Amino acid sequence: MKSAIYAGVSAAALALGAHGALAQDAVSDGVVKIGVLGDMSGVYSTGFSGKGAVDAVKMAVRDFGGTVLGKPIEVISADHQNKADVASATARQWIDQDHVDMITDLTNSAVALAVQQLASEKKTITMATGAATADLTGKACTQYGIHYGYDTHALPVGTASAVVKNGGDSWYFITADYAFGHALQNNTAEVVEGLGGKVVGSSDVPLATTDFSSYLLQAQSSGAKVIGLANAGQDTVNAIKQAHEFGIVAGGQQLAGMLVLISDVKSLGTDVANGLQFTTGWYWNQDDESRKWEAEYEKFSGGEAPTFPHAADYSLTMAYLNAVKAAGTDDPDKVRAELGKMKIDDFFAKGGHIRADGLLEHDMYLLKVKQDGTDPWDVADVVRTIPGNEAYASLEEGGCPLVQK
Amino acid sequence: MDPMIRLILAQGMLGLNNGVFYAMLSLGLAVIFGLLNVVNFAHGALYMLGAFLALILYSYLGTWIGMADLHIGFWPTLILAPILVACFGMLIERFLLRRLYKLDPIYSLLLTFGVTLVLQGVFINFFNASGTPYPGMPESLKGVTNLGFMMFPKYRLFVIVFSIIVCLAVWFMIERTRIGARLRAGTENPELVKAFGINVPLMVMLTFGFGTGLAGLAGVLAAPIYSVSPLMGANLIIVIFAVVVIGGMGSIMGAVVTGFALGLVEGVTKVFYAPAANTVIFLLMVIVLLVRPSGLFGRQG
Repeated sequence: MKSAIYAGVSAAALALGAHGALAQDAVSDGVVKIGVLGDMSGVYSTGFSGKGAVDAVKMAVRDFGGTVLGKPIEVISADHQNKADVASATARQWIDQDHVDMITDLTNSAVALAVQQLASEKKTITMATGAATADLTGKACTQYGIHYGYDTHALPVGTASAVVKNGGDSWYFITADYAFGHALQNNTAEVVEGLGGKVVGSSDVPLATTDFSSYLLQAQSSGAKVIGLANAGQDTVNAIKQAHEFGIVAGGQQLAGMLVLISDVKSLGTDVANGLQFTTGWYWNQDDESRKWEAEYEKFSGGEAPTFPHAADYSLTMAYLNAVKAAGTDDPDKVRAELGKMKIDDFFAKGGHIRADGLLEHDMYLLKVKQDGTDPWDVADVVRTIPGNEAYASLEEGGCPLVQK
Repeated sequence: MDPMIRLILAQGMLGLNNGVFYAMLSLGLAVIFGLLNVVNFAHGALYMLGAFLALILYSYLGTWIGMADLHIGFWPTLILAPILVACFGMLIERFLLRRLYKLDPIYSLLLTFGVTLVLQGVFINFFNASGTPYPGMPESLKGVTNLGFMMFPKYRLFVIVFSIIVCLAVWFMIERTRIGARLRAGTENPELVKAFGINVPLMVMLTFGFGTGLAGLAGVLAAPIYSVSPLMGANLIIVIFAVVVIGGMGSIMGAVVTGFALGLVEGVTKVFYAPAANTVIFLLMVIVLLVRPSGLFGRQG
């Protein structure tokens, strides 16, 4: 009797073991899990992360068919509160206990740098969208880290050069005081100085500051022609609003937002933002394909138009799932290799490809805010398309140690 | 005008604007400490509560009670919210603090610190952690005034003038009226005042309510300038304690004058070396504690 039970148990164990081994060959744990780790409540929760990002990923899973290699696809999400430690703890739990296969969003450069490093040590693919710092695929690049949508090198190429060419040749920066703001300020200063302009000063402002007035006054008294905003999200909106409140724009100085989303323009109002030029990875009203996708997204998400990070979330989810399908497994090494091989050419990324350093190189767009839109979200026109190889640093310039010979 | 002088004046104005909140909060703190000998750590949280009440009355209450079009505006809120915060303060005094008067003051400090954490936790749970803009600024206060050396938003000018009036009125009431006299007597010798037939526990409760009401009022005034966020009080309370220490614990005039003055000092420091602006107050605190331990306006013990 006893031995019969033993036999039964060991047979079951064998069966389980065999099953486990089989699943490991194709899809680990029998499910492909995507984790959306973003800012769900803070300054970046509208536009970069938030519900809009989670919806974009979920919509991509739906459009993909809900399964890959015959296994279900699951999407989970969490709020990192813009804290690198909270984000790392969540990512660690996701990878170790929940067996998440790919982590995306990662808005906030400090968060993205921390999580990308951690995930790579644990052989997990990260696909950052909302984070901006070019270091993600530069000196902090990793084997499994992908940066999808834009970076601090690409943003000023469009905006800053347009401003300098219009005569705005002296700059004062108001900078978000962490990895992202400093990277954006440095990249912008390079563009400005490269075109013969100069930087006369800067103020470092803590993330999520609500009162920019004293920094704006410093900028005003510097006499610079242009006040460059090396910040994003609610910070940019507050700074622009208060610059108008304190009569700084009326006094003749020009504002240049280095990272502006259409949701920011909407919350400022096109009368305040009129004429503002900004660089973006995608704009919903740029062509028919994008308009069609936008209509689908609005239906899926219920109301808000997608920003470019949201469109990137959709596009990268599709790319990741296609790579899993092509590789025939969710093994991170094989999937990463597939991602490097495939062309990324959809409504979002035209003629794009993921480079060895993890950067998605694709076309960027310079937009100009207009007041006569036909739709509440029709806030700008595309004034210039910036080819991917002009917008982004080359592999060599990027400085990723993994690809340096 | 020389651009340097212009910048000093402009940053001074903004500093004065911040000084408003230092003055009003440390005033309430001083009133409470003077009579109750309680260091009210929850003061920042009650300031936050005032700001949230403004936001709730304008944006949420209507929806909650099924009248989506109901927005209680800024002016009624300016009266309503401080009263509500004062009532909340009195509940804290009546049911929590009163049990601790016989113990060491450290217990009431810890209790009020706990109240702060609970309030913050509740608001972080139900509201946006990083702040929501207050949409209800009255039309009459929108726009800017040209001060000659800078453009200054009308609303901020209103806040400065209004709060100076409030601070003077409170000072007058405490130092120059019968109620104030009783209050001060109660501070000096509660047993004797009791013997004159004055209900000291009631007076204590009302005083605590009054002090916390001032915090609520400051919160309402702050709502249109800064975003309404659960941590707005926590960011301020440390500075407020420095103001109270510099001014002299329990001194009404000291709290008000020091509040405005430190706002000014902080603002002007930004002209010369911006990163030092946050530290200059604490540097002053260290110097004052070394030279005049009972504060600039405190009675020398």
